[in-house]
Amino acid sequence: MILGQTNIWQIAKFSKSNHLTTPTITEKLHRMANAISVDGVAKGFGNVIALDGVDFEVATGTVFGLLGPNGAGKTTMVRVLATILDPDRGRAEVLGLDVVKQARELRPLIGLAGQNAAVDANLTGMENLRLIGRLSHLGPGIIKERSGELLERFGLSGAADRTVRTYSGGMRRRLDLAAALVHRPPVLFLDEPTTGLDIQGRSELWEMIRELVAANTTVLLTTQYLEEADRLADRVAVIHGGLVIANDTPAALKARLGGTVTELNFHDEATAIQARDRLARQFDKVERERALVRLTLAAGAGQLMEVLRALDAGGIEPASLTVRDPSLDDVFLALTGRHTETEAVSQETSEVRA
Amino acid sequence: MATTAPPESPASGGRMWVVHDALAVAQRNLIVYLRIPQLLVFSTIQPVIFVVMFRYVFGGAISVPNGSYVDYLMPGIFVQTVVFGSMTAAIGLATDLKSGLLERFHSLPMARSAVLAGRTSADLVRNVFVATLMAAVGFAVGFRIHTNVWAFLAGMGLVLLFGYTFTWIFATVGLAVGDPETAQAASFPVMAPLVFASSAFVPVESMPGWLQVFAEHQPVSVTASAIRALFIGGPTTSYVLQSLAWCGGILLVFVPLAVARYRRTV
Repeated sequence: MILGQTNIWQIAKFSKSNHLTTPTITEKLHRMANAISVDGVAKGFGNVIALDGVDFEVATGTVFGLLGPNGAGKTTMVRVLATILDPDRGRAEVLGLDVVKQARELRPLIGLAGQNAAVDANLTGMENLRLIGRLSHLGPGIIKERSGELLERFGLSGAADRTVRTYSGGMRRRLDLAAALVHRPPVLFLDEPTTGLDIQGRSELWEMIRELVAANTTVLLTTQYLEEADRLADRVAVIHGGLVIANDTPAALKARLGGTVTELNFHDEATAIQARDRLARQFDKVERERALVRLTLAAGAGQLMEVLRALDAGGIEPASLTVRDPSLDDVFLALTGRHTETEAVSQETSEVRA
Repeated sequence: MATTAPPESPASGGRMWVVHDALAVAQRNLIVYLRIPQLLVFSTIQPVIFVVMFRYVFGGAISVPNGSYVDYLMPGIFVQTVVFGSMTAAIGLATDLKSGLLERFHSLPMARSAVLAGRTSADLVRNVFVATLMAAVGFAVGFRIHTNVWAFLAGMGLVLLFGYTFTWIFATVGLAVGDPETAQAASFPVMAPLVFASSAFVPVESMPGWLQVFAEHQPVSVTASAIRALFIGGPTTSYVLQSLAWCGGILLVFVPLAVARYRRTV
């Protein structure tokens, strides 16, 4: 992968210019092509199989997205990689270190933030960062310097001495991310980093993640938001029922669908069925869901006229029409035959409205 | 931000870090403790109210074989306070588990044993403070030591050891239930019979025969009796040994249980 190689070169350059001493083990690890490699990892909890033989690799200095609905196994995967859970089968390496056998060596090199990692609500922002710094075995001087730096960087300087209890959701998440960075880990795990945040909080956090990657941190993030994976990730693994069902760049995943998605809404289902039958004669990918007909047009929006002519010939009039690029949800639907959870919810809502 | 710089401390999780990490956790627990008014009130004002209430409200109605009721009462109140206070370990750990803080701790290079060691040490420090405060209030309402200062200090030491022992029981409870409200609800049925069906507040002889058997031998009673003997005088060795045996036995069972629970818990 070209991107990965570029980054390795950058690290080598960075190491030379910043560290005149001989390269440390850590620096050597930084130069590895793959920061994370997962091979046949399986994990069950009682009768529930959370991971059923997962494989993937993450190139150093890239963002890797694990995309899937709730219960797909994303969080379990992060816990295995963050040395919190031992897998039942398979092996996983982060920076060339086995997450089970070399967990002790690995822990100083990883950071964890997100929905399940947390900060202490009764401590101030500063106290939280200092606690994590101490427990990461950093010296007092470095802890003081970094805590101040991170609070500043994450726009929390003004709230540094307030207890976290008084923070907004977005502030807590930023502190949570800051806490994961106190020891400057080269690999960062973000488990649904923006779940529960408003649009502004989400884009702020996205911006911060982008900056981290620019500084050559390898990031593995899990998300239910298709847009998030699309915006941030260099590669995306779609995970479903404990299995990786697709692993590609967001662009390639979209390309698999081949073309522009056109959605036509009709006044009732009967009309939609009529329209579907008529369009299916002329086009390949035609699906119907209640009063909605979805087509994927290989030649792009130019084919739209053909669609409308075909409908016009049958005397069918659409109520509304939408043309868009395929989203990752379309990919998910194409891969699993099911919508992701968020989509399913919005459909239920529209059903109620109808 | 140069996140590529190698971490300064590759040493991680070694035994030498246990004390360092436990101190960091203990300090954090003590800060939190000072910051939550309910916790402070629960463990300081409440025992003081108990001392005053038992001394003046029930004291007249309860008669004890020899000596004054306040001298009988104080050892019981000490034991009751540290037993009730140990519930904060259950609530605290359940809160940390629920909030995800323990999960984060699991991903850090810190010593695994530091969370429990830090928690129980912080509770021990708090008990030193609470016991001192209660002794002062006790002395103010007429409580007197009839032996000597060494016996008094030995008695206070036993109070603290007993409190420390119970902290491990409730640490296990907190980790097992994983929810602060449930931890509180689950702790009370364990504590109430131990504290009230005991010689802490009333002589065991006043209870029905079937209850006496339990009340005479259970840990709260023998510890209260041991402390009473150390403060007032009389045969001491048997009670002290029984109390130490209980503490040792409970620690032998619950320290490994709590540690095992903590390791499996995220």
